[in-house]
Amino acid sequence: MLAHVLLAACTGFGLIVPAGVLLARTAARPVVAGGGTAVLGVAGVALGVQSIRAGVVPVRIGWLLPLSGAQFGGDALSGLFVLVVGAVAVAVGVYLIGYARDGHLPTAALAIIPGFVGAMLLVPLAGSVTTFLAMWELMALTSTVLVLTDHERAACRRAGLVYAVMTHLGFLAVLVGLVTFAAGVGSEVFAAMARDGAALPPATRDAIFLLTVAGFASKAGLLPLHAWLPRAHPEAPGPVSALMSAAMVALGVYGLIRIDVVALGVGPGWWGLTLLVIGATSAVYAVLQASVATDLKRLLAYSTSENMGLVAVGLGAAMLLRSAAQPAAAAVAFAAAMLQVVNHAAFKSLAFLGASTVQRATGQRDLDQLGGLARRMPATSGLFGIAALAGSGLPLGAAFISEWLLLQSLVHAVPSHSSTVALAMPLTVAAVALSAGLGIAAMVKAFGVGFLARPRTAAADAAVDPSAAMVAGMALAAAACVLLAVAPALTGPLFAHLDGVVPGLDGGVRWGRVLELSGLRGAMSPLGVLAAVAAAALLIAMSIGLTRRGRPAPTTVPLWACGAGPLTPRMQYTASAFAEPLQRVFDDVLRPDTDIEVSHLDESRYMLDRIRYRRQISDAVEARLYAPILRVVEAGAHLVRQAHNGRLHWYLGYGAVGLLIALVVAR
Amino acid sequence: MSRAADVGTATQIVLAVAVAPMLVGVTRQTRARLEGRAGAGWRQPYRDLRKLLRKQSLRPRGTTIVFAAAPLLVAASTLAAAGLVPIVVASPTTTRIGDLFVVVGLLLFGTVTLALAGLDSGTAFGGMGASRTITMAALVEPSLLLAVFALSVPVRSTSLAAIVTSVAAHPETVARPGAVLAGAALVVAVLAETGRLPIDNPATHLELTMVHEAMTLEYAGPRLAVIEWASALRLTVLLALLANLFWPAGIAIHNVSAPALLLATVAITAKLVVLAAVLGGAEVLLAKLRLFRVPELLAGAFLLGLLAVTTSSVLSVNAS
Repeated sequence: MLAHVLLAACTGFGLIVPAGVLLARTAARPVVAGGGTAVLGVAGVALGVQSIRAGVVPVRIGWLLPLSGAQFGGDALSGLFVLVVGAVAVAVGVYLIGYARDGHLPTAALAIIPGFVGAMLLVPLAGSVTTFLAMWELMALTSTVLVLTDHERAACRRAGLVYAVMTHLGFLAVLVGLVTFAAGVGSEVFAAMARDGAALPPATRDAIFLLTVAGFASKAGLLPLHAWLPRAHPEAPGPVSALMSAAMVALGVYGLIRIDVVALGVGPGWWGLTLLVIGATSAVYAVLQASVATDLKRLLAYSTSENMGLVAVGLGAAMLLRSAAQPAAAAVAFAAAMLQVVNHAAFKSLAFLGASTVQRATGQRDLDQLGGLARRMPATSGLFGIAALAGSGLPLGAAFISEWLLLQSLVHAVPSHSSTVALAMPLTVAAVALSAGLGIAAMVKAFGVGFLARPRTAAADAAVDPSAAMVAGMALAAAACVLLAVAPALTGPLFAHLDGVVPGLDGGVRWGRVLELSGLRGAMSPLGVLAAVAAAALLIAMSIGLTRRGRPAPTTVPLWACGAGPLTPRMQYTASAFAEPLQRVFDDVLRPDTDIEVSHLDESRYMLDRIRYRRQISDAVEARLYAPILRVVEAGAHLVRQAHNGRLHWYLGYGAVGLLIALVVAR
Repeated sequence: MSRAADVGTATQIVLAVAVAPMLVGVTRQTRARLEGRAGAGWRQPYRDLRKLLRKQSLRPRGTTIVFAAAPLLVAASTLAAAGLVPIVVASPTTTRIGDLFVVVGLLLFGTVTLALAGLDSGTAFGGMGASRTITMAALVEPSLLLAVFALSVPVRSTSLAAIVTSVAAHPETVARPGAVLAGAALVVAVLAETGRLPIDNPATHLELTMVHEAMTLEYAGPRLAVIEWASALRLTVLLALLANLFWPAGIAIHNVSAPALLLATVAITAKLVVLAAVLGGAEVLLAKLRLFRVPELLAGAFLLGLLAVTTSSVLSVNAS
């Protein structure tokens, strides 16, 4: 009952808040939109918790959708994702109150953001194919409009177009996959599909698997369908990128789990292997792009792709291991994937909010133009630092724990049954390890070049910390990051009931002060690591203090800089320079486009007038895979255009032929 | 058990703290002698530390708390790692706090902190050092993790205590192809992690070729002392890890009585001194690689690690 009240509240708020924004006075709109989003988020969190604890009893609302009616319901899996979306919405909502002040966001965007959140909250609660697709499309449409907020710039329109096309191609794949599934089972209710999904003919299951994986992978930003992500996230307004990257992308993972891991049942080994390969490739490729990106939001967007890649690796490993009848290791891999989703939501919302604060304060998101923010925006810098630590996979950060779990599941995969597992696991470890190392490089660059050192432009020099509401929104997300890093045991209850939803898992992680794997040997204590480092720091600080006697008092001096004389900010390393060695090492994968133009003085060609150096790194996958496909599509369109000859009787003829074909097919 | 293990853990932390500068001294002295110089003696690093600790603490203008706190964080994370690695006792009481992955992570944490401090100084050399360090760390990390993984697969645990105990019980397992390959990868990774030749020259005074030194150029006095000591401790931890993973002879496993601890302390000190001398000797024969040749070496280590994991993983299929 409580769950239904909360469900109604979420749906109601999702409709009322946008209307409220439109009706409110201009000055009050940010408060209504931000506050409404936050309240919606709180309702979502409550609903998520309720759904995890007791589930949401299916409810059918016949009049809401034509023909089939809408069906809602939830279990522990839906609850987890509702909780994630809700929590992100709370932080973003509070932030939005400050961000949208003084007309920084158009009213349309303000009205749509709560609607977008409402749609995202309902996606995991959809109980049938029709409802799911309707909510999915609502989410896609609202987010497309939000990406286009700044539509006066060509780059933004381009990003919106790419996003709209890719998200709808993904939708098409999901639609065909789910319709095939529903037709095969004879019911479009998820519960019935999960019951009978395993009994479908193998070929049908394979087709459904491939179609839905393609569709959901494009939403989750996995290779090679990631191209919209590094375009849309930088162009969308900050709070929208945070919502999209932390919450919406995770719903792609939800789709993968709901259909491919749960409903289709335990599949053949190559399913897991497919997901493993997609995930590992995405993680490594995206993190490489992130480590050479100089646009802060583009860097974060690629990092999203990387993290979702790691989630897919976890899911793929879980599927592969349960196919190989190793339920304990599979459960650990699945827990790693879920924890990664939760961690990513926390640190990526914080990172995007921080980046958008910087963009607001300096008008820049190019790291080469930033610097020195730590002294000018201490609050924002500190909070971004927390996000960078949480996202980099270093100890004392949240992502370290999920990566640790993932590696544990791979170590414990007993390869005795299949040589596929024996070969796949080491390669996966290599990919995870490489992406962990490069991820650290990307985060060090984002924080070190963007926030430390000295300002590289006047705009960065003049930056100041934002309003209290914006800081509060970021602080909420930061608190989540810290909690997840120090006491991941708090998330234990969230995952406790997943065993009952996902078939083929057994055991998992015993969440306590020390994380232990049940049935497997392995333990780690994040709190213990923190305590050890803190104790060591105290010890060292005390011993340095003890030697203080006879030492002159500390003082501040100008930088030495090897005696190089007065330093200008131009002498610092930039983000491009910082990443140059990595770019050189991975030249073959990144294929940067470098241009050096040297012009000489007229008097002598031995004397240089100027050197112009230009470097651009575009997405190699996009350039090599998408461009040929687009050319083919364009050629096809040219062919079709031949038919548009403008003569009426031809058009009537097309209509007649079309009707005949329809009649023959439908007979 | 637990009280005795506590004593053992404390012993090994104190030992690591105390012998760290000596190992650096032994390396330098071996190198000096082989190069025909008299050398400053193995006690010189201690004198250097004492000198630095007496100096005034300087803070360059324009730097933030990151610069000021980095030495402490580097040293603290390394010291925490020293508590987790089996140096004197095979199962320190800290064994449930962290495994091999945590040790690798803690050392990397120190590297990253120092790189941020280098960037924070806002000088060209600081950024240069940070960029190079991070590039190498990003490439070393995978080889290190792969080597760790290869050693964990036969034991089915990443717990250092489990690995060391198993190797001590069956010393012949270190001759297995997986372990040998992992050992080779680990050696390269350790060289890179501790900034030794052929990856970085610890004795360089030429800024353009510096990696580790370039980040610490702005430090002076007690902070520099802490950094120097932390990098010596890092060398100690990694050498001890290398020694005990492949040759755990003498380590106190079940019996953690006072004589056993004494024996273990003597054994590990002897092993560390031998390894430090070998390191110094090897450095005489090696030249520093060009910066952009280093990734090739690290890629080689990565491949060795990959081979190691695959071998031990596939061989354990056949074995079972």
